[in-house]
Amino acid sequence: MSAENGVTRRDVLRHAGAATLAIAVVRPPIGEAESAPAAMQEAIRKIVGDAKINPGKVKLDVPPLVDNGNVVGCAVTVDSPMTAADHVKAIHIVNEKNPQANVISVRLGPRAGTPAIATRIRLADTQEIMAIAELSDGSFWSDRANVIITLGACLED
Amino acid sequence: MARALINVPARAKRGEVIAIKTLISHVMESGFRHTSDGVRVARDIITTFDCTYNGVEVFHADLYSAIAANPFITFHTVATESGTLVFKWTGDNGFSATESVTIQVE
Amino acid sequence: MTRSIARGLCAAAAVALILSCPIRSGDAGNIPLDQRRSSYELMSPPTRAMQDDDTANPGTLWVLDGEALWQRESGAAGQACAGCHGDAAQSMKGVAARYPAFDASSGRPIDLEQRIVDCRVERQRAPAPARESKELLALTAFVARQSRGMAIEDVAGKDERLRPFLESGRAAFEQRQGQLNLSCANCHDDNWGRSLAGNAVPQGHPTGYPIYRLEWQGMGSLQRRLRNCMIGMRAETYAYGSPEYVDLQLYLAWRARGMPVEAPGVRP
Repeated sequence: MSAENGVTRRDVLRHAGAATLAIAVVRPPIGEAESAPAAMQEAIRKIVGDAKINPGKVKLDVPPLVDNGNVVGCAVTVDSPMTAADHVKAIHIVNEKNPQANVISVRLGPRAGTPAIATRIRLADTQEIMAIAELSDGSFWSDRANVIITLGACLED
Repeated sequence: MARALINVPARAKRGEVIAIKTLISHVMESGFRHTSDGVRVARDIITTFDCTYNGVEVFHADLYSAIAANPFITFHTVATESGTLVFKWTGDNGFSATESVTIQVE
Repeated sequence: MTRSIARGLCAAAAVALILSCPIRSGDAGNIPLDQRRSSYELMSPPTRAMQDDDTANPGTLWVLDGEALWQRESGAAGQACAGCHGDAAQSMKGVAARYPAFDASSGRPIDLEQRIVDCRVERQRAPAPARESKELLALTAFVARQSRGMAIEDVAGKDERLRPFLESGRAAFEQRQGQLNLSCANCHDDNWGRSLAGNAVPQGHPTGYPIYRLEWQGMGSLQRRLRNCMIGMRAETYAYGSPEYVDLQLYLAWRARGMPVEAPGVRP
């Protein structure tokens, strides 16, 4: 055993002893949609103020089951004509269980033509994420999705 | 220096909605990790990304630590006229990178 | 932190699983040629799409850096790679598909990275780029990219001089090692297609290297991957550039002969 990776024989034995617990670790239960933790609520409040968030118009596209939480493809589209009078002003993505609730906030306008964005995000754990769109009339719309992050068995350095 | 990759069609019809894909090399060190000695690794991320089209902002993004390393962002814009799209990323520790591409609109 | 502990637990559970699994084939033998699968085929559709689209594949950033380095004069000789080799699209086409290859001066096989290091030092008289440095990964990715889609050659089968090294690599692949007492073959010959907790067990073909690995959030070489596997088995790792790794790489290349090069690959 090389010392550099910091795994002692005792660690390995302890892990082996606790092996039966591993199944529970791999698949924690999905959090209830309406009980977002305080940090997420706080981030949402900063985005929308006191406005009501309506479900609908927004489609948040993330894979339900992910190989690796370091890189999770994530796309948001909004149903909007994108005219001067009726368009999407902003799209926000927030998450439930990362150390910070904000993921990305974008500003766009009628010149976007199509209100569709995509990026790659990090998810520290199986959790819910939420996309919020702000329209030009001041209304907020949203979509939510649960993502299960699978944990691999191969210990690495 | 940061390497960036921009995918914008070279030509488009006036009024056509074009897809823009951007990729830039950056570690996006979250600021939430610790070394094996327990020392917190300082945050080093890109915090903003802008796209201007002939000088007018068409897209702006605020990025947080949850954006994966080597940020990949796609969005759309209407091809209004021939000209230049300028992409600018800024971030922690004075990070700044700019790329531009031209588009021919018929 | 929680995550790495969870991984440790998973590893222990998975190893118990593997050890209790019936061995698929009678011998810990080779996968029939027509049943070989690139790890690409085990990846989720979004990860495959990331590899397929050059603009979406972060490995492209390294390829572009490598292209710039290829053109740049470097070292005391004031020579660029392009000064000798010209257009890499022509001169480097198929090269990565033939490595590791026999190196007459050292009398043994060397991998593509070592060939690039040797060129840097001997021809350009530049400092040797470190293993896993951005410079070496970029140049390797750029050179390997020129072979994308080409079949990995049966170099070890054709070159008699490589035979003993191939056999040494095969022995290393089949040798149980580490505290978990596993061999490469236990997973990648006998249990490919099964899972180690959330990980699909691939056949372990070196088709995409250097790869952009989501776990690393960066680019890495085949030796880095082999090192990770050895840590997973709680075995001693070798130093980068060690002959043990190169022999293993030679065996892996032989095992993957005929499969197309995917570099720069994306892997979870």
